[in-house]
Amino acid sequence: MADVFELLSKAVFEGEIEDAEDLAKKALSEGLDPLSVIEKGCVDGIEKAGDLFAKGEYFLPELVAAAEAMKAAMAILEPALSEQKGERKSLGRVVLGTVHGDIHDIGKSIVGSMLSAAGFSVYDLGVDVSNETFVNKVREVSADILGLSALLTTTMPRQQEIIEMLRAQGLRDKVKVIVGGAPVTQEWADKCGADAFAEDAIRAVQVAKSLTGN
Amino acid sequence: MSTGRRIRPIKPKMRLQFLTPDGIRMIHEAALDVMESVGVRFPSHKALDILEGAGAKVDREKMIAKLPADLVMKAIASAPSVYTLAARNPDDDLLLDGEHCYLSTDGCGIETYDLYTGEKRTSTKQDVHDSAKLADAMDNIAFIWGPMVSAQDVPAETRPLHELEACFIGSSKHIQPETIISEDIARRCIEMASILVGGKENLRKRPIFSVMQCAMDPLGHDGGSLEASLVAAEHGIPTGFMPMPMSCATAPATLAGNLVLTTTDSLSALVLMQIAHPGAPVFFAAAPTAIDLRTGGYTGGGPEDFLLGGAFNQICDFYGIPLSMGAMATGAKMPDWQAGVDNSFSTIAPVLTCTDMLTGAGMLNGSKILSFQQIIMDCEIYGIAKMFAEGIQVDEETLAIDTIKKVGVGGNFLAEKHTRRHLKDLWRPMVYDRTPYNVWEAGGRKGAFENATELARRIMETHEPLPIPEDQRKELRECIKKAEAELIKGR
Repeated sequence: MADVFELLSKAVFEGEIEDAEDLAKKALSEGLDPLSVIEKGCVDGIEKAGDLFAKGEYFLPELVAAAEAMKAAMAILEPALSEQKGERKSLGRVVLGTVHGDIHDIGKSIVGSMLSAAGFSVYDLGVDVSNETFVNKVREVSADILGLSALLTTTMPRQQEIIEMLRAQGLRDKVKVIVGGAPVTQEWADKCGADAFAEDAIRAVQVAKSLTGN
Repeated sequence: MSTGRRIRPIKPKMRLQFLTPDGIRMIHEAALDVMESVGVRFPSHKALDILEGAGAKVDREKMIAKLPADLVMKAIASAPSVYTLAARNPDDDLLLDGEHCYLSTDGCGIETYDLYTGEKRTSTKQDVHDSAKLADAMDNIAFIWGPMVSAQDVPAETRPLHELEACFIGSSKHIQPETIISEDIARRCIEMASILVGGKENLRKRPIFSVMQCAMDPLGHDGGSLEASLVAAEHGIPTGFMPMPMSCATAPATLAGNLVLTTTDSLSALVLMQIAHPGAPVFFAAAPTAIDLRTGGYTGGGPEDFLLGGAFNQICDFYGIPLSMGAMATGAKMPDWQAGVDNSFSTIAPVLTCTDMLTGAGMLNGSKILSFQQIIMDCEIYGIAKMFAEGIQVDEETLAIDTIKKVGVGGNFLAEKHTRRHLKDLWRPMVYDRTPYNVWEAGGRKGAFENATELARRIMETHEPLPIPEDQRKELRECIKKAEAELIKGR
């Protein structure tokens, strides 16, 4: 019989959200070490999904489902881990959101799922987020990365304003800024003073890893 | 032996109608009138003997047979409407039932764009094999027509045998050569195919190849081709007849007049086959077209072709005879915008009339130059046509009401089980470029052509067609050797 690690890995890999949650609970009730469950279950499953995606055999919804299944399991496992004063190595803290005046959600949310699955700690502030809220959150969690999404040419200027506000408050050197969204180009990223630009969720993970030296 | 069904035919839901029932009846009656009053040329005494024996009025000097309407109608009634084109791999058998469209390769080209150097060169036996192998790996291609190019590095006398051998080795799908144009070659091809299925009786049950012949429009046939088809029909091998009257040159300028000749030049051959071998499987192949009004040249892919093809499809449905239609076959010299436009329209039109067979994918310059990339890109077009023609399924599962209620306002469906069950119902391109701009730029600005080049090379280097046992391969070689000794003068 497959052990709980394998079953959890499979549930994550196959994007079975409820199964992943149940298996995480089962693992804890059996007294297994939460860190091992994360590594041998969740991470193993999400890596397998990532490999298949890279090979072109998995599609985006399958990858997102795997990430969501992992998130569901992590919500059970992480509190248990911190109770034991253990900590999972995070690749970095990411603050993420869609800028003020813009309510586009899906692209930013996919980026958030992908970054979580890759091992970042993600603080998703949602949509229509004020400039101040972004900057305050960066300070509060000592973010390594700030991801700013804008889907309209008319809301893109918020990205530049936030970067200027970070500079004014002495935070600019402490955080890397990634801009994204359909109208955003490399040219705009350079102009608004961002550190990087990502055209889709897969690229966002690559960029985030390279900016944090992972 | 089974590798699972690999072929993806189109099962169209929509059917375009070009002719009214009255229009079909008028064309049918005109064709009967012409065959009975003018007659059709059958330049083969064997054929004329058969027709005369059945009551046709034969002029031996002109080699013309006048076909009475009742003889024609009796022949139509005895031809089967539904039959199977078998394949070396039984999973790839093709049921011709009027409900499915099967795509083949295009064929009979004379040059090849080399897959590695890009240069244009004279086609070889290796190209015949390689194109069959690539087509074998494409699930959108149901059978190999042609061969795709002429094996010009082997002797002309035995070339069709070399080509058939190369097709059999390259693919386990059904093979439909257009190069079997004499009785002698037909018999030798039947020998070769019999080796692969375990004898002639098995071949009758499982015809792993069929033959297609061109007519000599207007109102005529080629003698050698007719005699080859009689041999094929005798052995249960399906035979097809392909008129291609050109309006203004070999047909009236009017499309209705063209359709009368397309009908006579198909039906008259069927009459011969049914008299000789009642119940023999016959299909038609339509390539009616119009000349270019300035040069007089052949114009594959004009709007007349789509109308003529669609209309003739209805006429074939009226007779209950399967139809193969020329599709794709762009006149463009490179796989460019024109190739895309030509091949998209010429695919969607016959698909929407549910033509049984579409020939076919992979050629440029009016079916003269083989392009491996074009094979793949044409399969992509066919994939789009498939999705379009098969329409939208509405039922409890596809309505997804429970999932919509679960996700609710403002949510997303990405991680839903329902999405995972159905995401592959959506179109998944093979070579379309849909990469983000920067990725495209960083990757060397690759478009569909470059993607198709990579895919074709990968298939060529890794795909393994269902092998033919070595003893059978040896027998095939011996058949060809024997033919060379007997047919090539000075050997």
